Amino acid sequence: MVNLTIDGKKVRVRKLSTLLDAAGKLDIPIPTLCHHPALSPFGGCRLCLVEVNGSPKPVAACTTFAKEGMEVVTSNPRLEKMRRTTLELILSDHPQDCMVCERAGDCKLQELAYFYGIRENRFKGERRIYEKKDGNPFLVRDMEKCILCGKCVRICDEIQGVGAIDFAYRGMKTKICPPFERDLDCEFCGQCVSVCPTGALTGRMWANKGRQNFKEVDTICPYCGCGCNITLHIWRNKVRRVSSREDTPNEGWLCAKGRFGYSFINHRHRLKKPLIRIAPKEKDEGRGRKEEINPSSAPRPSAIFREASWDEALDYIAVRLKEVKEKHGQDAIGGLSSARCTNEENYLFQKFMRAVIGTNNIDHCARY
Amino acid sequence: MAGLAAVFGSGAMTNSLPEIENHDVIFVIGSNTTETHPIIGLKMKKAVRGGADLIVADPRKIDLVRFSSIWLQHRPGTDVALLNSMMYVIVKEDLLDKKFIETWTEGFGSLKESIASFTPEEGERITGVPAENIIRAARLYGNAVRPGIYYTMGITQHSHGTDNVCSIANLALMTGNLGRESTGVNPLRGQNNVQGATDMGCIPDFYPGYQKVALPGVGKKFEKAWGTKLSDRPGLTATEMTIAAGEGKLKAMYIMGENPVMSDPDMNHTIETLKKLDFLIVQDIFMTETAELADVVLPAACFAEKDGTFTNTDRRVQRVRKAVEPPEEAKEDSLIIIELAKRFGYEIGADLIEDVFHEAGELWPALAGITYKRIAKAGLQWPCPTLNHPGTPYLFKGGFPRGKAAFSAIKYLPPAELPDNSYPFLLSTGRQLFQYHTGSMTRRMDAFCDVSPDAFIEVHPEDAEKLDVVDGDIVKVTSRRGSIEVRAFISGRPSRGVVFIPFHYREAAANVLTSSFLDPVSKIPELKVCAVRLEKTEG
Repeated sequence: MVNLTIDGKKVRVRKLSTLLDAAGKLDIPIPTLCHHPALSPFGGCRLCLVEVNGSPKPVAACTTFAKEGMEVVTSNPRLEKMRRTTLELILSDHPQDCMVCERAGDCKLQELAYFYGIRENRFKGERRIYEKKDGNPFLVRDMEKCILCGKCVRICDEIQGVGAIDFAYRGMKTKICPPFERDLDCEFCGQCVSVCPTGALTGRMWANKGRQNFKEVDTICPYCGCGCNITLHIWRNKVRRVSSREDTPNEGWLCAKGRFGYSFINHRHRLKKPLIRIAPKEKDEGRGRKEEINPSSAPRPSAIFREASWDEALDYIAVRLKEVKEKHGQDAIGGLSSARCTNEENYLFQKFMRAVIGTNNIDHCARY
Repeated sequence: MAGLAAVFGSGAMTNSLPEIENHDVIFVIGSNTTETHPIIGLKMKKAVRGGADLIVADPRKIDLVRFSSIWLQHRPGTDVALLNSMMYVIVKEDLLDKKFIETWTEGFGSLKESIASFTPEEGERITGVPAENIIRAARLYGNAVRPGIYYTMGITQHSHGTDNVCSIANLALMTGNLGRESTGVNPLRGQNNVQGATDMGCIPDFYPGYQKVALPGVGKKFEKAWGTKLSDRPGLTATEMTIAAGEGKLKAMYIMGENPVMSDPDMNHTIETLKKLDFLIVQDIFMTETAELADVVLPAACFAEKDGTFTNTDRRVQRVRKAVEPPEEAKEDSLIIIELAKRFGYEIGADLIEDVFHEAGELWPALAGITYKRIAKAGLQWPCPTLNHPGTPYLFKGGFPRGKAAFSAIKYLPPAELPDNSYPFLLSTGRQLFQYHTGSMTRRMDAFCDVSPDAFIEVHPEDAEKLDVVDGDIVKVTSRRGSIEVRAFISGRPSRGVVFIPFHYREAAANVLTSSFLDPVSKIPELKVCAVRLEKTEG
C-alpha cells in the first residue's frame, strides 16, 4: 500500500494505482477525455494534469503511479488555465454544431466546454474537413468531431480483440481509420460507440430519432444465453436506441445484435391479430419457396388465413383440442414451449399442458 | 443437460460469467464462442490477456483460434476419441487429483480401463490431431489450477452427444477440477432463456426444478399444488413428437415461440409430419415457416412488451421489463395461456406475473429466495433457497447433488452418417454472428441483412479446386434427405473434406440436408455431422 496526500487530504491506495485512481477514492473530480477504467492508460488528452511535489512540470494523473509521500494538487489557477487552453485547442478543430449533433447533452466535450464557460475561441484557424463515407448500416463515423482520444482504438484492440482501427498519419492530418482508409469492416459490436466521448461515433439507426425525454427501461437482451443487461431508450412507444450499463455482469459490452438488433420490434410483419386457416394445407407450403429470398418480402398470409377475434380464436382452439382429447386421448396432444419466452410463461405453458391437457408431452428447443 | 445431470445430479454451467477472467486455462470444445456467445467470448479474451492459456478444439478455424495456445483441429464427431486420449496422457503422467477421485467420485477404475488403449497415437489416427498436440493440451489442462471447460452444441448435437458430455465430465472429475471458483464444466446455453425453460419444467420427464414426473411423491406434490390429477407417464421429446406425428399418433400440437421447420433436422420431413396433424396452434411474433402450416396463429408480444424473468446461461435469474405496448391486438404469452385455460374451466395463474414466479418458487426450493424486488437491480443465481441467500455463483462446493459423481466409461463410436463415395463431404451446421437462430427476427432487419445477406457454404480451397468451384459460385449440395443451392465461400476455416453451412436462411435451409439420427439418451439430433455431395451448377 502507498500513502499520499491529494489536495491536503490523506489517502491510502494499492501499489500501482494511478493518481487518477487515488483521487477517485477521495471523490475528487479530475476532468478526462481519454480515460476509461477498463482500458490501458493513454495520457493523450492532457486534461488530467496535476501538480506533484518535486516535479517542475505538471504530470498526467492517469499515467502517473502514486508513490509514498506524494503531495498532489489537482486544481489551482495555473492548472485550470492549462485545462482551459487545452479545451480551447480541441474545440478550435471541432465543428460547433451541437444543435444538430446526436450526442448533444450526452457529450463529454460539450460538458467540459460548459463547465469552463468556453464560447469564444482564441485559436480560430484551419480545421480538418473529412468526408463521411462509411457504407455500413450500423456505425456512423464523423471524423471531424474526433478528438483523437484513442478510446475506440483501445477498446477494439484490448476488449474486442479485433483491432479494426488505429491512428494513421501525423500532426494535423492524424486520424483514426481502418487499414488503408478502407470502409469499416468489423464485428459492428459498437463498443467504440459506447465509449466515444463526442459525436464522432454514433449508431446509424439512432440518427434523428431523438436525444431528450427518453424513458429508460432496464431489461435483458433477447438473443443468446449470455443474458446481457440492456437499457432500452423509449420515446413514444418505440425503442429508439439500446445501451448497457457498466455495472452489469456484461460490463456494458454488447454485440451487434444486442446493441443494434431491435428494429424487429416494430417491423410491419409483426402478427397483430389472431388468424384462422381458410385454405387447405398446400403441398409445398412452408418449404422456403425460392422466390422468397428475403422473408421480409414473404406474401401476406391473407390467402391462407383470415383474421379473427381473440374470443373466436380461443374458443375454436378449445373446441378442437377437446375433440382431439376425447377421440384420441390426452397423449395425442403435444406442446413445444419456447426458450425465447420468460420463466413465467414457460411455467404457465407446461402447467397448461400437464394440468389442463393432462399430458407430459412438453418440450422446448434445448436440443437445438 | 441429460449427460451432466446423470454424472453430477444437476445440469447447468457450474461457474459464472465473472469467473471466466480468472481461469488459468480455458478449454473450449465444440463452441464457436465469439460468434454464438459474443460477450462470453470477450471474457475469454480478457482471461487470455491476463495470462490464461486457451485450448480450442474445433474442426473449424474459428476466430477464437487466434487467441489460443493450442488448436486441436479434430474431425467432426471424434470428440470422445480426443478426450479419451487426453485422459490417457493425464493418467500416464499422473496429473490426477487422487484425493478428489477418492472422496467425490465413483467408477474411476472402469474408466481407467476403458481408456487404457487410447494412446495419443491412437487419438491422432481417429481425430487427425497430431499426438504431440494432444499431449500438450492434456498437460496444460492437467497442470492447471483453475481451469474451465466450455462447450455448446458442437458437443451435444451428435448421435453420441451424451457420450461427449460424459467424457468432458470424466476429464474434469479425474483432475478434480470442479466445485471451486473459476474451475468447472460449463455448457453455454444458446438462447436467452433455454436455462429457464428447462428449469421451469418444459421437458417431458421433469416438473419444474428437475423433479421427476414418474416419482409418485413428486406427482402428489404437484397434484396438490395444481388441484388436479396429473399423468405420471413421461412425455415425448420434441424430436419424438415429430416422429409420433408422422406415425399419426400425435394429432394436435401447440407451439409457442418455436420454429421447428427451420431449426429441426430433415426439414422436408418436419414439414410433412406437421401437415399430418389434425390441429396445429402456433403462437409467435412473426409468420414463421412453422406458423404457415398452422390452423390457428396467435399474435404474441415480444421481450420488450412484457414483464417477467429470464434465466441466462450461468443460472442468473434476471428481470425483464415491459418497455412498449405490443402492436394492435398482440398479447403477452402468459395472458393467452391464462385465457385459454379458462376455456377448459381451469384458473391457471394469478393476476400478477410475479405471483406465477412465486408459485414456481414454492414448488422448487432453488428459486424460493428470489423475488422481483431482490432482482430489481441485479440478478441472482440459483440455487437461492431463502430470502437472505446471496445466490450461488459456482456449483458443487463441497459435494454433488447425487452424492458421488459418477465416471462413465465411454467407448468411441463414429457419427451415424459418415462421408462415402456417393456423399464424400462431411457437413457441419451452426450459427453466425450477424444472424440469429431461424432468422425470424434478424432476417427482418435490413442492417443485418446488409452485412449477412445470404447463406453460404464454407469450402476448403483444395476441395474447391477439385470441384472447379470459385468463390461466389452457386453449388448444389445434396444429402440423402434433400438438396439446396447455395453460394460457395472458399475459406481456410474448415479442413479438407469438411464443409459448413449456417442454418439461418430459409431459401437455402441447411436443415433440408441434416439427418435426424438421435442421441439415444437426450434425443438430440445429429445436426453437426452428415454426409453430402457438392456439384457446381450451370450458370
